[in-house]
Amino acid sequence: MKRIEAVTCIHQHLPGSSLVVACNGMNSRELYSVGDRPEHFYMIGSMGLASSIGLGVALRRPERPVVILDGDGNVLMNLGTLGNIGESAPANLFHLVIDNGVHASTGGQRTISREIPLEEIARSCGYLRSERVGDLASLERSLRSLWREPGPAFLLIEVEPGNVSGIGRVEMDPPEIARRFRECATGTKS
Amino acid sequence: MFVSALHASGFDFFCGVPCSLLKGVLGILEDHPAAGYVSAVREDAALGLAAGVALGGGAPVVFMQNSGLGVSVNALASLNRMYELPVLLVISWRGEGGRDAPEHIQTGAVMNDLLELIEIPFEVLDCDRIEEQVGELARTMRRTRLPVALVVRRGMLQ
Repeated sequence: MKRIEAVTCIHQHLPGSSLVVACNGMNSRELYSVGDRPEHFYMIGSMGLASSIGLGVALRRPERPVVILDGDGNVLMNLGTLGNIGESAPANLFHLVIDNGVHASTGGQRTISREIPLEEIARSCGYLRSERVGDLASLERSLRSLWREPGPAFLLIEVEPGNVSGIGRVEMDPPEIARRFRECATGTKS
Repeated sequence: MFVSALHASGFDFFCGVPCSLLKGVLGILEDHPAAGYVSAVREDAALGLAAGVALGGGAPVVFMQNSGLGVSVNALASLNRMYELPVLLVISWRGEGGRDAPEHIQTGAVMNDLLELIEIPFEVLDCDRIEEQVGELARTMRRTRLPVALVVRRGMLQ
């Protein structure tokens, strides 16, 4: 499965009320190109922090499903936050990790995720459910039921390395990304 | 008194990494689950949490030792500042005046210069002006939508 196929499938299955925190790099860029929503927070810098940002949103907005669209490099950079998520255990948090085994936006240098079963670490950290999928049919099957049971849930999605050509950057000012996300999260204009 | 000053200024979420100089205030927060203190694994992860809380409409405070300020520089620059996600940092001043354990000396000597360099408005806590200082920093934070900091000397919040 290619990453763009996984991102497209995730986008199609997102609950309508969900708030999404997408990590920096190609995950954010592909999600933006597949289909922008004001409920998407595209992280541009601060690699490693998508999981903490998602946890903060989930703790503050317990009434909304919060989806973290993460990557293997990002999770490995701040593994400790898996423990914080397990310990805080927000029922509305769904952590999707697209694992291509490489740092795709810096030239494809390998991460160590092929040797580190991140879904097992998540389970040990206290996620209520944790699963690994490696093909589109399994991903689709998981996403159909993922949001129906309480979280925190972890889904490791194995994809091939490599980038689709022609995926642009997120063309929005960062404060504007934050402002519209906050308005969607709080239901108020700021 | 410090915790009530934070509440009075609208702060409603607390997280961080501890320091012995902040033992008193962190003890109060940890003993009251309603205060909502989250013990973070690293200072930059605490800033990520705080950014998420701010995105969800909350007003977060991050506690840290000044050794954690170095860990936090990229998050402060490319997350809090770039997206305009306000946060109050409460930073202990280890190494002040060169009188401390060796690992704190250099950071203690350059901390205020570092805060100025990364353009974070800050106050050094004065125990007679706690409410005034917290209120003033909260107003600056809301006006500028940027991180602000309160620096805490030894003995003040222990």
